[in-house]
Amino acid sequence: MRLGFVMLTHTALDRAAQVARYWASNGCPVVIHVDRRTPAAEHDALRAGLADLANVRFSPRHVCEWGTWGLVAATQAASSMMLAEFPEVQRVYLASGSCLPLRPVGELQSYLDQHPRTDFIESVTAADVDWTIGGLNSERFTLRFPFSWRKHRVLFDGYVRLQRRLGIRRRLPEGLVPHLGSQWWCLTRQTLSAILDGPGRAAYDRFFRKVWIPDESYFQSLVRIHSTNIESRSLTLSKFDFQGKPHIFYDDHLQLLRRSDCFVARKIWPQADKLYETFLSPEAASQPRAEPNPGRIDRLFSKAVERRLTGRAGLYMQSRFPTRERENGRTAAPYSLFQGFAELFEDFETWLSKSAGTRVHGNLFAPDRVQFAGGVGIYNGCLSDSTALRDYNPRAFLASLIWNTRGERQCFQFGPDDAQKITEFIAGDPNAQVSVITGAFAIPLFRSNLNFGIIRTEAARLQRIESEFLSVLRAPTSKARVRIWNLAEFLENPIEPLQTIVDEINPRSPHRLSEVPRLVDLTGFGQFLQNLRNQGMKPVLMGDFPVNGPSPTSGRRARSKQ
Amino acid sequence: MGLIGSYRLRMRRRRLIARAVLRRKDLVPVAQRTESLRPDAILLFATLRNERVRLPYFLKYYRDLGIDHFLFVDNDSTDGSRDYLAAQPDVSLWTTPASYRKSRFGMDWIMSLLRAHGHNRWCLTVDVDEFLIYPFCETRPLRALTDWLDASSIRTFSAMMLDMYPQGPIQDQPYREGQNPFEIAQWFDSGNYTFTRNWPYGNLWIQGGPRSRTFFASRPRQAPALNKIPLVRWDRSFAYVSSTHMLLPRGLNLVYDRAGGEKTSGCLLHAKFLDTFALKAQEEMARGEHYAESREYKAYLNGLAEQPDFWCKWSEKYINWRQLEILGLMSTGNWA
Repeated sequence: MRLGFVMLTHTALDRAAQVARYWASNGCPVVIHVDRRTPAAEHDALRAGLADLANVRFSPRHVCEWGTWGLVAATQAASSMMLAEFPEVQRVYLASGSCLPLRPVGELQSYLDQHPRTDFIESVTAADVDWTIGGLNSERFTLRFPFSWRKHRVLFDGYVRLQRRLGIRRRLPEGLVPHLGSQWWCLTRQTLSAILDGPGRAAYDRFFRKVWIPDESYFQSLVRIHSTNIESRSLTLSKFDFQGKPHIFYDDHLQLLRRSDCFVARKIWPQADKLYETFLSPEAASQPRAEPNPGRIDRLFSKAVERRLTGRAGLYMQSRFPTRERENGRTAAPYSLFQGFAELFEDFETWLSKSAGTRVHGNLFAPDRVQFAGGVGIYNGCLSDSTALRDYNPRAFLASLIWNTRGERQCFQFGPDDAQKITEFIAGDPNAQVSVITGAFAIPLFRSNLNFGIIRTEAARLQRIESEFLSVLRAPTSKARVRIWNLAEFLENPIEPLQTIVDEINPRSPHRLSEVPRLVDLTGFGQFLQNLRNQGMKPVLMGDFPVNGPSPTSGRRARSKQ
Repeated sequence: MGLIGSYRLRMRRRRLIARAVLRRKDLVPVAQRTESLRPDAILLFATLRNERVRLPYFLKYYRDLGIDHFLFVDNDSTDGSRDYLAAQPDVSLWTTPASYRKSRFGMDWIMSLLRAHGHNRWCLTVDVDEFLIYPFCETRPLRALTDWLDASSIRTFSAMMLDMYPQGPIQDQPYREGQNPFEIAQWFDSGNYTFTRNWPYGNLWIQGGPRSRTFFASRPRQAPALNKIPLVRWDRSFAYVSSTHMLLPRGLNLVYDRAGGEKTSGCLLHAKFLDTFALKAQEEMARGEHYAESREYKAYLNGLAEQPDFWCKWSEKYINWRQLEILGLMSTGNWA
């Protein structure tokens, strides 16, 4: 069986010549079409360079502007020439000047022999296609496109909108079901000649002349009329990115291409010397090969597109700076904020880091310095403990901390005395687990040795700030996982909330808490609150404390109810 | 942005271009080899003063990346930089004794050269201590990147400046001519950068890194900007506004995605902090020819006297571009 190649070329003709020579000298006739816009000098050089090969022809040149009829006309002319001048050719393979054969022609021939009378052409019903760019699927066939998309985008778009509004639709030729697919196919002589010489060709051509991107639909639709056996896939490995532009292969893709077992790949960067050298060398054959399997290349390119479209959650960088609400993850990983716990429990940070097995910081937003775990001056990613740097851009500070420590959950203390600019960012972040014991800010004041006048003012200030924080947390826009108790309520049963929080931080630890943190001594706290009231302040966030009675668990180790 | 705002930016751009045209007279050609440049040549533009020791490695690095031609402005060097460059076959050289400050820190000179030779070509504008890293730079030459940018209709490529520093005081490891500076300055800060949008130009303003945490820890607003757009398919109507930090028209500054995705970007490894730095800082202070009354250099000299070591336990040792990608400092975007 003989295989012939039709090549559509426009740039990097030296590479096209190299590939054409490879095919031709391996016994496959080649018909080359050179875009009419290519400078004559380059075209002449190509012809001269291939003049020694008897089975290479050049077809009449058409202007091939992307998305227009010219590409189809060029393909038709070159294919007709192939069928007419090389009567022994049974299959025609359509390739471009930037295609590169990955396996020897012999292997492709025998693969085709194993699939007799089969047309390899990707052909998908236009109605089912969702991968075209620009939202034009079936409208490619029903609208008219007299304006160039490249040169007159505004007119192009405007005319599409106008036709949509007026409801103008073209009639499809009888029997034609629009199909779309990759431009690169391999057809049998029977099918191709039926398409080129069939009785309806003039009508079809007239119709497709005004279809948008006809090179992706002309043969793909007509083959459904003429072929008896369609294998709807392309033998050419060709991947497109989200803008509809083909991914390009470079030297560093060599191993991937080799293992793909595909027959032909496009598009190859013209200066990928190693690829051309390797795959066009006579030794390229060798080990027994399997079915084409582009899976790994697919994954590589779809990951790249995902990186371009979705990006890495929680990352802010020079080429990713999402506007608010389009962050796709404000921060990179879950983290926990605790307010009031360090005031209520002795040595809460040590206890938490032991029980939950995480990194526990002090008050990261403290007014005097950033209290990183262990009191260090510089933390992961070279974050500084300078409050000026932190407060210059608190969001960047927190987002950086969470990004830098991916893989290790961060917990930190927060309080009404801390820098509050960050609160809205945290409240709107689904990664934040926020646990607040309201009113606990009064405990250090209660235990302090300050004058009561100062205590009263300070308590009022902290209460006001904490109330503001609470309303931010309770706002409808809040997305954080928020838990709020008032101090009295929390003291009734401190273990259960702790258990819940620790379980959520570290779901893999199935045990009940074996050790619980020690509560500070609250004897007389009720009286302290009453004193505040007597001085004219209204402590509301602590809940109901009996004035004289001891607080529920004061002085004892908190114990689980069970 | 309203009509008035757009009009102001347009006038600003016109003024910048006019300045560049005027400053052209400062430049005296020393060696001009631009006649035979191909229309698709990739060009590098740089201003320098007394950087002789750095030049051999700088030229080698960028020749290996695939720069076709170098265009230098020599600001009155006295250390032989001029003769050395003039003798290079792929260098065109101009010299001037005029004021660096009055030429907008060299940008007027560079822009006049960009206008004359860069139109419709890919142009890389860097300092001689800045080394461009981009995705796949070990396996793909710069032309692979510019071809891809062309195919994607992208005109500007962002490369954030990454300050590199040695472990220990910077005077301890002297730099030898021809040496890769990152054998000495192999450390960097990986995650302490801040990003803010800079209206009305629309670019990102990036600060942070070792300079920010040591010299500017108490006044972060004054820390130097690290955002750079050094690689541009130039057009006569473009203008660099402040160093290569931002451009006009402002659409060129949109090197970042605003919908959560990542655009392709690189890094400029900054080899400023070698033993040559202290000397340079003193010299530049004396000349007073740098940005904002050489504020930066003042801070450095004070800082250098007290705390000459940037290195800390969390410093990251440079390996390759992929490491920078994983750390989130640059991105491959959809270039695979």
